[in-house]
Amino acid sequence: MADGSGPGRVTLSGVVLAGLLLVLIIASLYLFIAQPFWFPPLASEHGGRIDSLFGTVLVVSGIAFVLVQGALGLFVARYGANGNERAAYWHDNPKVEAILLITTAVILTVLVFMGQRVWASIYFADQPQNATIIQITGEQFFWNFHYPGADGQFGRTDTKLITSTNNIGLDRNDPVAKDDVVSVGIMHVPIGKPVRVRLRSKDVIHSFFLPNFRLKQDAVPGMGIEVWFTPTRAGQYEVACAELCGLGHYRMKAALTVDESEEAFNAWLKMAAEQQ
Amino acid sequence: MSESHTGEHVHHELGFWRKYVFSTDHKIIGIQYLITAMSMAVVGGTLSMLMRYQLAWPSMISPTLGKLMPDAFAGGVMKPEFYVSLVTMHGTIMVFFLFTAVLTGGFGNFLIPLQIGARDMAFPFLNALSYWVFLLSCIVIFSALFVTTGAPLGGWTSYAPLSAIPAAGPGQGTGVTLWITAIALFTASGLMGGLNYITTILTMRTRGMSMMRLPLTQWSLLITAILALLAFPVLLAAGILLMFDRMGGTSFFVPAGIIMNQMPIEHSGGHPLLWQHLFWFFGHPEVYIVVLPAMGMASDILSTFCRKPIFSYRMMVYSMIAIAVLSFVVWGHHMFVSGMNPFLGSVFTLTTLLIAVPSAIKTFNWLGTVWGARIRFTAAGLFAIGFVSMFVSGGLSGIFLGTSAADIQLQDTYFVVAHFHLVMAIAPLFAAFGGLYFWFPKMFGRFMNETLGRIHFWLTFIGVYCVFFPMHIIGIGGQMRRIYDPTQYMFLVPQQPVNVFISIAAFILGAGQLIFLFNFLFSIFAGKRVLERNPWHATTLEWTAPTPPGHGNFGEELPVVYRWPFDYSVPGEKEDFIPQTVPATVVAKQ
Repeated sequence: MADGSGPGRVTLSGVVLAGLLLVLIIASLYLFIAQPFWFPPLASEHGGRIDSLFGTVLVVSGIAFVLVQGALGLFVARYGANGNERAAYWHDNPKVEAILLITTAVILTVLVFMGQRVWASIYFADQPQNATIIQITGEQFFWNFHYPGADGQFGRTDTKLITSTNNIGLDRNDPVAKDDVVSVGIMHVPIGKPVRVRLRSKDVIHSFFLPNFRLKQDAVPGMGIEVWFTPTRAGQYEVACAELCGLGHYRMKAALTVDESEEAFNAWLKMAAEQQ
Repeated sequence: MSESHTGEHVHHELGFWRKYVFSTDHKIIGIQYLITAMSMAVVGGTLSMLMRYQLAWPSMISPTLGKLMPDAFAGGVMKPEFYVSLVTMHGTIMVFFLFTAVLTGGFGNFLIPLQIGARDMAFPFLNALSYWVFLLSCIVIFSALFVTTGAPLGGWTSYAPLSAIPAAGPGQGTGVTLWITAIALFTASGLMGGLNYITTILTMRTRGMSMMRLPLTQWSLLITAILALLAFPVLLAAGILLMFDRMGGTSFFVPAGIIMNQMPIEHSGGHPLLWQHLFWFFGHPEVYIVVLPAMGMASDILSTFCRKPIFSYRMMVYSMIAIAVLSFVVWGHHMFVSGMNPFLGSVFTLTTLLIAVPSAIKTFNWLGTVWGARIRFTAAGLFAIGFVSMFVSGGLSGIFLGTSAADIQLQDTYFVVAHFHLVMAIAPLFAAFGGLYFWFPKMFGRFMNETLGRIHFWLTFIGVYCVFFPMHIIGIGGQMRRIYDPTQYMFLVPQQPVNVFISIAAFILGAGQLIFLFNFLFSIFAGKRVLERNPWHATTLEWTAPTPPGHGNFGEELPVVYRWPFDYSVPGEKEDFIPQTVPATVVAKQ
């Protein structure tokens, strides 16, 4: 057949390339299905919605990945040059093009809406009532956690009062500041109760990253940004900085404890207040 | 290239310096861009090897490195500030000084007049000026590596206020000043080039070369030049504002109340997010300034070695235009967790997934091109096929990151690093390699060695997947970008063996590129001579010009175009290709 409708030659290069694409498909299926390495164990309420959204996108893009890489492998294996035989001469198929365009657009639109439901449930929901409120201030290269204490009110802060021992410039003469707790590098929250985090930065942009809680929010100087989450698993976790903030970026971390009960949390707060 | 000037009828002879150094010939300028950018790639690649060394063995003491680079490896251990400088310089060099320069500056200059049937660019002097300003910018950014206080360390994105306040880090003084200067020079050079490309393609096409007969490379370069003309000024302006903040006492990007090392900083009224908006308003089109020429070149090369017309030429053109337009309204997807209003997150998710549609169309069309082909597995053809695979692998992970809610966890992790490397570094790298193997004979009159070229392809194909695919996994595991030592975090320690694997693969991949460098340099002087004008049996105009083309490209008569550039395997024809210059009536249908 000179018009290329017959099969091409199976060439060594084509088969090797197809084989490599097959290895790629198998390796990625293994990595994403057997999950030898995966997300850090989930410990927040909204995190489940993010993980399942990730799973949905994974299934859709995974199918596309296998189909496209697989087709590419199949074609290169099959359609090697064969002497003087000609390739097929066709270069348009408006119907197929329209179907592919519409199918892609529909799938992506569905993903947009699924994604936005999750996004809206995190960002457009009302602020949780009865929450633990923490003011968190990032600076090169550590996190300051400011708790209002038993009275539930934050003491006044002033940048003029900042010293090497008073990182956030808390005015200790302010009566409501008496029971405030400022903890450097150590964060505690009670389990099962919403936590509202007010993020600030003293110097450059940092990013407050709680890998287990599927929470990440930049702390931007000049801005106060509030995010919230509800811890669902007690234990020890890590807080990281996810935005390059200077030479010590890699060590800008903190320890996060989710206490097993409100009482345990209050006990820690009391102890920390006594140490101030 | 040392042969006499017998092929030149149009212009008088020039001395060595005017001909090969201070040349206004687009081909020489293209090759100058190419070689300068490749030198920058050697620098940028070496930096990445040092990064991978540090990431795999973060606390290893190496007396050798301590002796070689005492400032960077105090006591044999890499300093953290050196690591973040590596990150910054690697990203900056690769994005601007390799990819942007090699694809538009190198291939753009060489190919535009040759493929549209013109004798040179519209503004040859401006073209030469663009190269010399580019070279100057390369020297400036290279010199930033040798500043005694350190190279800049704020990443290639140079977010303010880290970049705006010299006290924010060791490299943030002179280092960042040099960074801004280099970027300003680079954008100025890019603007000169862009203006030239647009004018040339629009006004200097030869007779018969209608827009819909342009090779896809030319379409991609035209659209890219328009993008550059619209995007570069924004970066240039942002850079100038940043310079004012640093030196002129203004506060565009720095708010009031910043305390650095217990010292208040005298600024008020600026906003750090302004920098991000300006940077990414440039930065996302920049991604396509790199990817579009790669798409165009890969399409043409793919078609040539598939011996088959590109599938759906029209849709290829329209989808590139769609990508270009949409690329200006997706920048916010870099900022989902930046503190930007979350309502904007919804808008940018929509536009981002919208831009995936034309990208998917292009992928289907490449597959449609390979289907039913008769593939010649040359090094150039293999790299063009490899481009498709890389673009798909890198593109699909973009859906995760473009979905704002999924991005919360993935932003600033290695998942992002995997994504953008595959889609905007490796895929364009494959297109550029393909382009080099393909057009080298036209550039230098000699072939690159095919066997070495294929070995280079196999090593690179396997290497990049071993390096970048596992990065998705450690990114899902939470490993942050730009951290000097992942083992500082307990939750990252279990996946450290993956980092070791990636680093070993990266060293092999890096060594594999030496084969290419050797092949390239060796072949310029001692490669097999090209004895015909059209060794690949391709259809586009550059293959009708002498090899290598003399000054003025086409001899006395400019070629006339009668057909589109994809007439491969036309049924009933004697040859399996028909050059664009063959009149439709001359070829008798049998």
